[in-house]
Amino acid sequence: MQTITTLQAVYNALEHVMDPEIPVLNVLELGMITDVKIDLEGVHIKMIPTFSACPAIDLIRENITNTVERELQMPAIVTVDKEVNWNSNRLSEEAKEKLRNYGIAAPVRHEGDVSLDLLEKANCPHCGSESTYLRSPFGSALCRALHVCRQCGMMFEQFKPL
Amino acid sequence: MQLQQALPELLTKIADDELIIGHRNSEWTGLGPVMEEDIAFSSMAQDKIGHAWALYRILQEHFGGGDPDHFAFMRQAGEYKCCHFVELPIGSYEFSLMRHFLFDHAETVRYQSFAQSSFVPLQQLAGKIKGELKYHTLHADAWILQLCTAGEDSRQRMQHALDQCFQLAGGIFEPGAGEALLIAEKVYPGEEALCEQWLKNISHVIEKAGLRLPQMTTPVYGGRTGQHTQHLQQLLNEMGEVFRLDPEATW
Ligand SMILES: [Zn+2]
Repeated sequence: MQTITTLQAVYNALEHVMDPEIPVLNVLELGMITDVKIDLEGVHIKMIPTFSACPAIDLIRENITNTVERELQMPAIVTVDKEVNWNSNRLSEEAKEKLRNYGIAAPVRHEGDVSLDLLEKANCPHCGSESTYLRSPFGSALCRALHVCRQCGMMFEQFKPL
Repeated sequence: MQLQQALPELLTKIADDELIIGHRNSEWTGLGPVMEEDIAFSSMAQDKIGHAWALYRILQEHFGGGDPDHFAFMRQAGEYKCCHFVELPIGSYEFSLMRHFLFDHAETVRYQSFAQSSFVPLQQLAGKIKGELKYHTLHADAWILQLCTAGEDSRQRMQHALDQCFQLAGGIFEPGAGEALLIAEKVYPGEEALCEQWLKNISHVIEKAGLRLPQMTTPVYGGRTGQHTQHLQQLLNEMGEVFRLDPEATW
């Protein structure tokens, strides 16, 4: 029983670690945590970056360590999991809702492989229109693409499907 | 040659290609013809350098290689295994765009083959990277098509860029010394097979764009054995400038 409550406590702490680039999402909602274990050494957390060259990865790892150690008063050992690859299907439905409210279009769910026409598809987060086009596959961060809405004329960013 | 030698050679040449083209592409930051292109080249540069770093890391963890940053910045030009194609200055925008198109399709084919590699770290890395590369080729294809259908002057300039780049791009597929062993051990299918697949893939776009694909008659080799153009040393001087100020500094 002790272990179960403690694991829960770790997950509670992880809810407080936000993505530096999208501060409305925490690392759990982003699907970045692949494993949590507790032993005599402390808390072992495995995580994965969203995009392989994500510049925020070290900062996020540090934030996880600090938050868990501060809230649970025990050592946290955070490592990058090489066996699991992040993909955009790992974003929870809640996370996608939060993204939209934040003004960023959510990635479309895919069946394991992203096809070209899927990359070009995004619903406008401002007016909800499906009539949009891809302006550039690169936006203000590696994980974002730039789209334009034909209906309301606004340019918006999308969290890329991957 | 042993696999313990052939594998690091393969990893080094791919990583060096990515590091160098990453630095070249980053030179477009602030110079792009439109803001999106500025951002796109910067983002792709960041991806490439990230891929290079991951490969240097595999060298360190599995073959007793040195610290990735040190390895990236502190070697002599002759120790780099990149092809000449990636060393050349950014030139005109159409040159850089064509280089990006030809290189990124080659990179995509390479990582697609690594997804089946018997060398597990490479296979895992391929799984991570191949989705990201789709955005690179999507970007390249879109611009090639757009510029080639934007009028005769524009199409001719793109054709000229292709003619200028093509034999150089052949250097990406310069076979290495341990080739036969790497193929036998199913690390990857070898440069010839990759080149064939690459030609097939780019042909679709080239044709749609109304460009003429040159014959691969004299691919520019030498980079894989440490022979380079004068441009590499200049770039390395620039790249390592800050690092050499204090190699022990932590960031
Ligand atoms: Zn709209």
